[in-house]
Amino acid sequence: MEHIVIIGNGIAGVTAARHIRKLSDKKITIISAETDYFFSRTALMYVYMGHMKFEHTQPYENWFWKKNRINLKKAYVNKVDTDTNTLYFAEGDSLQYDKLIIATGSKPNKFGWPGQDLKGVMGMYHKQDLEQLEVFAPNNKVCQRAVIVGGGLIGIELAEMLNSRDIPVTFLVRESSFWNIVLPNGESEMLNRHIKNHHIDLRLSSNLKEIKSDKNGQVSSVIIEETGEEIPCNVVGLTAGVSPNIDFLKDSKIEINRGVKVNRFLETNIPNIYAIGDCAEQHEAIGNRRPIEAVWYTGRMMGETLAQTICGNRMAYKPGHWFNSAKFLDIEYQTYGWVFGDVGRPDYEKHFHWKHDDDTKCITIAYHKDTKEFLGITTFGIRMRHETFDRWLTEKRNVDYVINHLSEANFDPEFYSRFEDKILSTYKAQQPSLAS
Amino acid sequence: MNTAKPSMSLTKPEAFDLTTKQKLSTALGVIGLIILLLAAFNVEFPNKPIFLALSLLMITAGVILFTNDLYAGKHPGIKNDGVMFKSITSRGLWAWITGIALTSFYIILYFKATWLGLGTNGAENTGLVALFDPLSKLLNGGPASQWFVYGTLYTVAILIFGYKFLMKYKHNRYEQLRTYSVMFFQLGFAFLIPEFMARLNSDSFSLPYYDLKNIWPLNYYNFEQYRVDSMISAGDIGLGILIFGVLSIFVITPILTYKYGKRWYCSWVCGCGGLAETSGDAFRHLSDKRQSAWKIERWVVHSVVVFVTLMTTAVIYSYLGDDSSKYWLTKNVFLISVASLLTLVFALVMIFKRAQIAKDAKYGAIGYMVIILALVGLHYFNGSQLFLFKAEPLRQTYGFLIGSIFSGVIGTGFYPIFGNRVWCRFGCPMAAILGFQQRLFSRFRITTNGGQCISCGNCSTYCEMGIDVRAYAQKGENIVRSSCVGCGICSAVCPRGVLKLENDSLKGRINPNDILLGNDVDLMDLVYQK
Repeated sequence: MEHIVIIGNGIAGVTAARHIRKLSDKKITIISAETDYFFSRTALMYVYMGHMKFEHTQPYENWFWKKNRINLKKAYVNKVDTDTNTLYFAEGDSLQYDKLIIATGSKPNKFGWPGQDLKGVMGMYHKQDLEQLEVFAPNNKVCQRAVIVGGGLIGIELAEMLNSRDIPVTFLVRESSFWNIVLPNGESEMLNRHIKNHHIDLRLSSNLKEIKSDKNGQVSSVIIEETGEEIPCNVVGLTAGVSPNIDFLKDSKIEINRGVKVNRFLETNIPNIYAIGDCAEQHEAIGNRRPIEAVWYTGRMMGETLAQTICGNRMAYKPGHWFNSAKFLDIEYQTYGWVFGDVGRPDYEKHFHWKHDDDTKCITIAYHKDTKEFLGITTFGIRMRHETFDRWLTEKRNVDYVINHLSEANFDPEFYSRFEDKILSTYKAQQPSLAS
Repeated sequence: MNTAKPSMSLTKPEAFDLTTKQKLSTALGVIGLIILLLAAFNVEFPNKPIFLALSLLMITAGVILFTNDLYAGKHPGIKNDGVMFKSITSRGLWAWITGIALTSFYIILYFKATWLGLGTNGAENTGLVALFDPLSKLLNGGPASQWFVYGTLYTVAILIFGYKFLMKYKHNRYEQLRTYSVMFFQLGFAFLIPEFMARLNSDSFSLPYYDLKNIWPLNYYNFEQYRVDSMISAGDIGLGILIFGVLSIFVITPILTYKYGKRWYCSWVCGCGGLAETSGDAFRHLSDKRQSAWKIERWVVHSVVVFVTLMTTAVIYSYLGDDSSKYWLTKNVFLISVASLLTLVFALVMIFKRAQIAKDAKYGAIGYMVIILALVGLHYFNGSQLFLFKAEPLRQTYGFLIGSIFSGVIGTGFYPIFGNRVWCRFGCPMAAILGFQQRLFSRFRITTNGGQCISCGNCSTYCEMGIDVRAYAQKGENIVRSSCVGCGICSAVCPRGVLKLENDSLKGRINPNDILLGNDVDLMDLVYQK
């Protein structure tokens, strides 16, 4: 029986395993050094905040794996020998595979800052990071201030986590406005205010120069590059993005760049080896997507696709329309299609922006300035229906149509206040020539 | 999903300690409770109305002040910080103390009401019940009973913890309206109206105590002889109420459940649901999410339905006559009607909804159908005895096991250990009947928003009915489950806007063809090929 070995028990690897099991009787083994069972990485924050216990983050009961004949092995892969199809583990043993799927995810970026390996400096990615945070920041007596470096999704989640235990947070963000490399200005600026409203000390246009240590090798302060200011702190969270977790492949024959290089079929340069999820790097980016997509959803979709290929139905990874979502403290964010921030925005992309007076809801709709084709939408504080926007994008609806039919796409709970009329009148007021 | 291990640890991150104000508010409420406790131990209070008012006000003020310190002035949003660390909400020491105290209270209430001071054989009330005499006289003109004490405390609990829930979900209008609704129905329909109705009773006119929103089989006693006699002898009003009681279960309930799902009752109207959603809200995450619990739930709750049907049939049968010239509804007509109705429902489901029923549910339904019909048929062979049991012991057994032990002692007493909907999930025959309709004949579903689920587990964790919501959401499937009471918390706690409770057309409700997880279309076809 063909033996499929998957390195990594995250969403990509587990999805691949589940779908291979659905489609075939192959022997399946999943290897992880991080945890015994699959858990939702995006939910780690809720464990620290006390919304859930770690067990709640595991989507399948422990009997699920045996019942579905998916072997789980807790081990760390040191080396992949592609000539003999063998994995060598740090624990000393080895394992033969017929086909190998690399789904090892990411690791937090470190940019060579002085002091980046001190005690109390951590990312927020692995389960072990959560355990570290519980040691170094259990409350605001042990951790009197934490400094977070890097203003992305993980950074603001870490800020929310520490905030839940009343630990003062200083948040260093390189950009001039929060996450404006992705978000349009209206949304980004709303978040600047929202973060400050939660008593988080947000420092924009601020870079980390160095992390200073006390005599025990533990963090004592950070220095800001631009101002030279020294901020005393007990914990430093490094959340300046992630990169593929593939150091163990450096000496193998598998072609890597930043990630494991794969073609559209998620195949590496070695015939029986594949890579999916955060650690895979496309030779050429797909559409507006990045070559490395470190997103939950794309990991899942690559897993679904690769399962088809492994089971004899060779299939290219063809993601549909881009979508994503997140939650920034109390503001939910959803996006469908492409809406660019200032960085990398195509010339033809124009924006319509509407903001609610309460400063927690807004939308930005992107459209083609000549053809008026609807390109994408970003919403804060208003839930939208994925299916509807996916259809409108496929149908290439124009911006007028979308704004006039926005109520069809609303996904807020029943009895919520609706804003379609206000959005429409704002739109008409801004573009009198379009008023109908 | 996995159920979290209980924590008996006394240590927790100090960050989640109570604030000074919260401690003082708790103390205030506890002093109010101590007044009640002292009364129960026969401490004689000089001015009963003042001490009763003082006690209830202190309890109310304690909860309100606690709530205000917790939520007022905070940003609207999900407020579950520290739930898994606090002793009372994570099966810690305080949870066990509270659970044991509540359970003891229920046991005394149901089986030793004299300990609370209930005067028997015309004697004056003493102790705790006597403390409530002034309020009872004010409302219904008579002295209090243990049920009046319970009803008052129950109503106060729903109102004050309703306030807490309203503050917690101040950003969510669905939760707000739903909570106003249960507060209104408890105060008006369950508490005030029946008390005022009691005032209307005289020697010539008497209605049984009737909470109009309490529908058979939840009020399993509704069609017992003394009640039916009493309603019939009370003229048009009584007859009207009796007819309303029958229509409630056979006409009103199916229509409303078709349109809105069983939530119209379970989380908007019902008193048990009302208490669970307000006082019990802090314990909703304790429900067992394991698949094995779901299997047990299905067998237990449907067995209760069979039990209540048999019991009620036997009870009504026992007081009907044989002579059709005196009254059209004879023993015979009644039995045949019951058997026909059950057969009709059974046949319709098996013919039209066969495909939607799991294998074990089919076996269960067939098994129970055979048992009921056999028991009815047996009657015609061996003569008078219906169902091999006498009606009265059957009724008493049901009242003891289901009415008292299951719904009260276990259902509410164990809130802090098993969660707040144990009764509704495992025991309530009304919930089972509504759930059956919701699963097969309703427009209600929880829609999953395409591919946006990140499997975080907040929805499953906070589902009070123990539904593993995530299992559906992460597959892009809608959630159509008989047990769902439509509380809407899964949708509220979802950080990605994935879940929406809605009433929509029946087409595509259960297995939508247009499942969309973000992949391109031809792959989705393959993934979801059945």
